[in-house]
Amino acid sequence: MEVDVGKLNTILNKYGGDKSYILAMFQDIQKEYRYLPKDALKYICDKLSIPFSKGYEVATFYKAISLKPRGKHTIHVCLGTACHLRGGPNILDSFERVLNVKKGDTTGDGMFTLESVNCLGACALAPLVRVDEKDFGKTTSVTVNKIISEFKDGERL
Amino acid sequence: MTISPEQLDNIALEYKKKVKIYDKVVKICCGTGCISSGSLKLYDRFKDIINLEGLATKVLVKKTGCHGLCERGPIVVFGDDEILYQSVGKRNLDEDVRLLLETIKSNKIADKLLYKGDDKTKRYVSPLDIPFYAGQNRIVLSLNGTIDPEDIDEYIQRGGYRALYKALKINTDEIIDWVQKSGLRGRGGGGFPTGAKWRSCKDAEGQPKYILANGDEGDPGAFMDRSLMEGNPHAVLEGMIIGGYAIGSNQGYIYVRDEYPLAVNRLLKAIEKAREYGFLGRNIFNSGFEFDITIFRGGGAFVCGESTALMSSIEGKAGEPRAKYVHTVEKGLWEKPSNLNNVETWACVPHIINNGWEWFASIGTQGSKGTKVFSLVGKVKNTGLIEVPMGKSLKEIIFDLGGGIQGDKKFKAVQTGGPSGGCIPAEYLEMPVDFDSLTKLGSMMGSGGMIVMDERNCMVDVARYFLTFLVEESCGKCTPCREGVRRMHEIVERICNGNGNKGDIEHLEELARAINLGSLCALGQSAPNPVLSTIKYFEDEYRAHIEDKKCPAGVCKALIKFSIIPEKCTGCTLCTHECPVKCITGEKKEAHTIDQAQCIRCGTCYDNCRFDAIKIE
Repeated sequence: MEVDVGKLNTILNKYGGDKSYILAMFQDIQKEYRYLPKDALKYICDKLSIPFSKGYEVATFYKAISLKPRGKHTIHVCLGTACHLRGGPNILDSFERVLNVKKGDTTGDGMFTLESVNCLGACALAPLVRVDEKDFGKTTSVTVNKIISEFKDGERL
Repeated sequence: MTISPEQLDNIALEYKKKVKIYDKVVKICCGTGCISSGSLKLYDRFKDIINLEGLATKVLVKKTGCHGLCERGPIVVFGDDEILYQSVGKRNLDEDVRLLLETIKSNKIADKLLYKGDDKTKRYVSPLDIPFYAGQNRIVLSLNGTIDPEDIDEYIQRGGYRALYKALKINTDEIIDWVQKSGLRGRGGGGFPTGAKWRSCKDAEGQPKYILANGDEGDPGAFMDRSLMEGNPHAVLEGMIIGGYAIGSNQGYIYVRDEYPLAVNRLLKAIEKAREYGFLGRNIFNSGFEFDITIFRGGGAFVCGESTALMSSIEGKAGEPRAKYVHTVEKGLWEKPSNLNNVETWACVPHIINNGWEWFASIGTQGSKGTKVFSLVGKVKNTGLIEVPMGKSLKEIIFDLGGGIQGDKKFKAVQTGGPSGGCIPAEYLEMPVDFDSLTKLGSMMGSGGMIVMDERNCMVDVARYFLTFLVEESCGKCTPCREGVRRMHEIVERICNGNGNKGDIEHLEELARAINLGSLCALGQSAPNPVLSTIKYFEDEYRAHIEDKKCPAGVCKALIKFSIIPEKCTGCTLCTHECPVKCITGEKKEAHTIDQAQCIRCGTCYDNCRFDAIKIE
């Protein structure tokens, strides 16, 4: 993937080129490209004068950063304790079945990336699903289909 | 800008005037919970109608932080706790908005939207009468759900930043004395005495010093810090500024989980406003004291809630913990003295300064002072956030405030302390909840998550769940945690799959000891707790899995089979609709059957059947 050096510089400048903000920079880049492209990772490490291995370490340590391209929408199925007890794993199963992907993968049409998350902090509404920035509470296997179609055919495209 | 106390009074007065022109105030909860139930849409729609009806000058509609009763969201409150409407707009937005308008126009209370008692006959109008709220003592949460978190003026009008002003007039040692005497203990996990921590950091050599707020609320099932950051961000800031002054620091950091975008947003806005008003920056209240706060977003790593890992993360490194031979109060962030407290702990500080340490110390138990916010979730009727004095019994919390178990099933256990805690069985329900009593039971307070489990929850599966969590979240630095937890997970997985062997329990206990002894950080040391506590209290369930190859709760898929009892099945077809793999067939009004080859054993049919026609074998 071609990365836009201008955009990367803007992000670097936003944090004053301070390497302690490397994670924040990665998050901003990811917001732009939906993942952290290798070239962007290299560029940032060069500019911050840190070894590529250190940057790679940070990028792979944190779950929020993906080195693989992600789909248009990211589905996070919460598997926190409350969600687990109220059927979260069944919801994840349903998404895997309906989208025909495994957790961590992206659908063939590049529309959805399916992830699980260890708690989104809306435990009272378990089981919870977050698609991009929208939360769906008290989900059931029936609502799984509704959620997918809302993003597939809805105004969110 | 340097602000004076008179200006503070003026802002409060101005705000009062501004609000006084309205006849009615309607508060719509816009915490994460209610937003996911549709409260933003409700807010927009209601606001439009108010404008359309020409009532905009008479009715103030405002967004507030989390009101606590997330289960019944979206929550709408009229005035100062006059009327509480629940589940507003959840089923029929237009109709409910009409009912809200009717309440405004003709004071007609909409029966349909009121909170109902268990017997469905009793209706509660004021939230103060609802048992969920009546049993609480809201101090830290007092302004949550009341004020608009994005309006600093309202915080000031409700007494905000007075504690800061007061503190800046007091000698720093005396403030630390107050905090020490108040008995405040860390709300994030271990319960370390806050005042003692402040004292060590103040006395530590080296400059600059750092003030840190831990908002990396990673314990699954706990969300009080999120609610505070979203619902009353200025209280957290005020506590931190006071701490900075007492300890001698000019820079604070708030570390917020990546999963909490709304909290980040509200905190950023609050910081901007606090700077504008001169509560942050140079020469605060003309005292010569200078302080600023920066937000740091986490990257989705549970271990970053551990103090040294959190600091590594802020330094731009992978968030791995390090040994604490030298404490972080002496050498923390960038090797400088650093004082880290949990978000809720910081939010307690202004209250202690405002009301005095004696007041705070008069609440709670011998060893645990003040109140604690708990997130009451799982199989309890009223899920949400509650704040109670330390020492309230589990029974009162779960059955009086929480309303008991959903579907009136049998209570089995309550899990506290997240992945470092344990499961407490029914025989200890009378136990008063405080730091020390929970530790005695083999669990811990942690950040205050209380996850209630019923007879349909398998304790071996719960142990497996926490091990899966910990395998994923172990940072990998220490071998006993990285490899040991994985081995424990393999054993428990095997037990759940019906391949458990004699001696597995003993093997688990042996591994647990090694992990506890050999891990560097508290998260690793406590990782075996969920397994140990379930073995301690529910060994018979482990034995049933290992010896009889049975899962008494009907959860472990390899050990169970669902089938329909033909005599009981009415053919209502509900299960055929809910079944995710559509493996249940049958004619309407006739007994159905489950295709065992297709069945994924998810239990959806069992949980949905209204006629007890599904049996687990």
